Amino acid sequence: MRESSKFEKSFDVEGGSFQKAGNVSGQIKSILKDLGVPTDIVRKVAIICYESEINIVSYAKKGTITLAVTDNAVNIETKDEGPGIPDIDLAMKEGYSTATAAVREMGFGAGMGLANMKKYSDHLIITSEVGVGTCVKMTVMNFPKLLHPDLTPFNI
Amino acid sequence: MTLKEVQDILEAEVLVGRDQLQKPVKTAFAADLMSDVLAFAKPDSLLLTGLTNPQVVRTADILDITAIIMVRGKKPSEETIKLAEELKIPILSTRYILFETSGRLHAKGITGCIEKVGGEM
Repeated sequence: MRESSKFEKSFDVEGGSFQKAGNVSGQIKSILKDLGVPTDIVRKVAIICYESEINIVSYAKKGTITLAVTDNAVNIETKDEGPGIPDIDLAMKEGYSTATAAVREMGFGAGMGLANMKKYSDHLIITSEVGVGTCVKMTVMNFPKLLHPDLTPFNI
Repeated sequence: MTLKEVQDILEAEVLVGRDQLQKPVKTAFAADLMSDVLAFAKPDSLLLTGLTNPQVVRTADILDITAIIMVRGKKPSEETIKLAEELKIPILSTRYILFETSGRLHAKGITGCIEKVGGEM
């Protein structure tokens, strides 16, 4: 994904299976903790991974989530074989949702997912092709706090 | 306040995490929509909810929630309990409705993890 990753790993996510939804996010959270990534960064990445995972489970046949950690950032890239998003601007709006009743029964599908992923990441790029799938690239910056004690780049 | 005090106030049954009742807690978030929990809940808070599926536990784990309080007498499925035990997230079940649960805790000093939305984080 990016040059000089000190850790990189891809995870498969099975579409339609709420049984396992969250497994990958849990694994990624543990990995980041073990790597010594600061807690607030870990939490943001965990949230965007979980939202991504729920999206893949809810809409796609299958997908992958790739984690790449550098000294300055945590990058997450998700790719799915799903229906694609015809209107990305509309999909980004809080409250807009095309979720099925089954997804809503699980407590999701309120139209907060993509907006949440944007809120908790410093950069987010979505590309999507209807009938093919969707790719989301997200970055959470990991500025060394000691060098920037007054900076709070995460308070978006 | 400790989880034990929360248990007493809510006359709650501890389903998971009997060994964690000394954990301190100051704030809470209440919702049946996990989407909203992910958007607004803060770490180290209680999660009050009427949902009982395993995704509640997953959501709590992702957000570093201190404990899950299931309201309206809801009891989680076996797989929900299994996951909570695995992830060491306490689950308490109370017969009070969500409004009463929130009110009783608030009256004793538990506050919302955020007061209202907009510009928070």
